[in-house]
Amino acid sequence: MPKLLIKNARVIDPASGRDEQADILIKGGLIVRIGPGLHATGAIAFDAAGLVAAPGFIDMHVHLREPGFEHAETIESGSRAAAAGGFTSICPMPNTHPVNDDATVTRYIVERAQRSAVVNVFPIGAITKDSAGEQLAAIGSMKGAGVVAISDDGRPVMNSRVMRRAMEFARAFDLPVIDHCEDLNLSADGDMHEGFVSVRLGLRGIPSSSEDVMVSRDVILAESAGARFHVAHLSSSRSLDVVKRAKASGLPVTCEVTPHHIALTDAAMAPYDSNYKMKPPLRSESDAAALIEGIASGVVDAIATDHAPHPGSEKMQEFEKCPFGIIGLETALAVCLETLVHTGRISLARLVELFTTGPARILGLNRGRLEPGLPGDVTLFDPDLEWTYDVNRSFSKSRNSPFHGRTFRGGPVATAVGGRIVWQRQPAEVAVR
Amino acid sequence: MPAGLLGIEGLERAEIEAILVRAKYFQPPANQSFQRYDLLRGRMIVNLFFEASTRTRTSFEIAAKRLGADAISITAAGSSVSKGESLVDTLNTLVAMRPDAIVMRHAASGAPHFLARYLPRTPIINAGDGTHEHPTQALLDARTILDYRPSLEGLRVAIIGDIAHSRVARSNIYLLSKFGASVVLCGPASLVPPELAMMAPGVSITYDIREAIKDADVVMMLRVQLERQHEAAFPAGEYFQFYGLRGEHLDLVKPDAIVMHPGPINRGREISSEVADSNRSVILNQVENGVAVRMAVLERIVGSHAETAH
Repeated sequence: MPKLLIKNARVIDPASGRDEQADILIKGGLIVRIGPGLHATGAIAFDAAGLVAAPGFIDMHVHLREPGFEHAETIESGSRAAAAGGFTSICPMPNTHPVNDDATVTRYIVERAQRSAVVNVFPIGAITKDSAGEQLAAIGSMKGAGVVAISDDGRPVMNSRVMRRAMEFARAFDLPVIDHCEDLNLSADGDMHEGFVSVRLGLRGIPSSSEDVMVSRDVILAESAGARFHVAHLSSSRSLDVVKRAKASGLPVTCEVTPHHIALTDAAMAPYDSNYKMKPPLRSESDAAALIEGIASGVVDAIATDHAPHPGSEKMQEFEKCPFGIIGLETALAVCLETLVHTGRISLARLVELFTTGPARILGLNRGRLEPGLPGDVTLFDPDLEWTYDVNRSFSKSRNSPFHGRTFRGGPVATAVGGRIVWQRQPAEVAVR
Repeated sequence: MPAGLLGIEGLERAEIEAILVRAKYFQPPANQSFQRYDLLRGRMIVNLFFEASTRTRTSFEIAAKRLGADAISITAAGSSVSKGESLVDTLNTLVAMRPDAIVMRHAASGAPHFLARYLPRTPIINAGDGTHEHPTQALLDARTILDYRPSLEGLRVAIIGDIAHSRVARSNIYLLSKFGASVVLCGPASLVPPELAMMAPGVSITYDIREAIKDADVVMMLRVQLERQHEAAFPAGEYFQFYGLRGEHLDLVKPDAIVMHPGPINRGREISSEVADSNRSVILNQVENGVAVRMAVLERIVGSHAETAH
């Protein structure tokens, strides 16, 4: 295996507190040395002057649609989009067809990923069979086959007794239980956040309470089951308060926030444009502000994209008919740099933490750090690079993004997985500064 | 060509005034039918109704024909929509046949707005989209009120019923507010979310029908849209008792107040027969004005002066 020498980077590694000009040498897929003025004969040199070198980013919440919905995305296309977004590891949710609810499906995904993916793929298994919310999935054998967490994302477990049993069982296997917190009776076929905008547009609302009620329920269940509970795509300020209180009382409760929920609000949505339709919905200005505050104060553990590809034919319909979800892998870092770092709310090191040690700790992955002996996953980005997102050039098979045409300040430049550069920004994409 | 008519929200007051003045011109003299004009001769108007409708579809059709245009009506049940064709494909097919305007009713809020983005060359006239807007209904309601009042300014208009699911209410709120009327919304709390008061200036909310209609110039009753409710938002059987308009209520309104209803009415559910058939009721005048107002709208959007003005 060739050697890779990343030269002259600003190395930011939150785990060790390192933030300095240095080189990184990767050999045999593993990090060998980090330090200034490294030399290695026969190594491929990558000049990273002006770039930040961070531990490879981990996105703990994506949808790769394979098996079953390959017209929307495949493990390969999704992994390429991930690489182009600076991600070296991604965790696909189990809502494929068939649902990833037993070891056979898990093994299929793992094998497909080994063959076709350009980044690491760590699948998430279902909580219940077919994510139908009734009988527990084959949680133990899925763990053996490689799942790093369980979740019925998109089809939340409504039956509290089933959730209780899942948490009790998962605890024994040290698997975190990730819940898409939504009381389906309260969200009642809504299409967007319930508030002034939904009233004005005549669209059915999804109240914040539909999320808050379930976050509260799960915290209570997790406490009595002694389970690790993680809130997926937390979007409301009240839910954040619940998580904050749970953490303060020492419970192993964590949460993730998506880039779109901090950068966009219901008021920013183009009327009846399904590129702004997702679950949870874009919430109010005050919710977005609370999430940013939660990121700054440390209540939020990770940023995850909830990358959810849907083909154009499905998103080009009457708003209420369109499926929920947007793609987000390629824009996540840029959106977060703009919303969080350039506004002065958090440091670059804190941002890197949210993409690396945060998710790694939740999932128990021995990654997210730059340390000799660990896999050579490195994300190289330019915090000030000016570039414009053209969704038609996306590596994803789908085009459903609200950020099409947006010019960003800052974005990924190159991605190394196991010491191999798997993606590099083409010069044509770099606008003249 | 102009952009069609998607809603009242984005319409200028002067534009509304022009339509109302022109609609008055089209009103037929008593006991006569609508006069025939040649104003839209050679024009083709497609009425595309994805949702059941009697009065709106018929009145658009009559309006087009009275202006000399060719009008065809398509309903979802008998079209390729029932074969699973997507909305965009259906519209593209129709647009290829070069209509001068498409009048569209659809059960999904924003369906005409969504289409207008993809079909910028063909004007779309919104004949009611889901629970969002029904602009020609608000225009005909304003025309009807102005047949009884010199101006909309300063009037007290009570709108009673399921406001949350009413496109008629939204369009009327926008229109009446633009002209300085005060609008009082009333209905069961679950159907009158407080955000409605933020939609436009001069809008207030009460959950007491007697308070809402007190000294009102106009009482607009809305149909209880059972088909739009996912579950009972109020106790079954209590609607008429607390929010139905009955004879005894007429003592509270202004002596010359009028009672309106966009139809179709549910006698004994939101309005008593006694009130619906009383001399306060202008429900049939609304229907008649529907034709006149839609003539004015069609003329403005597909007429020759609209084209030369462009």
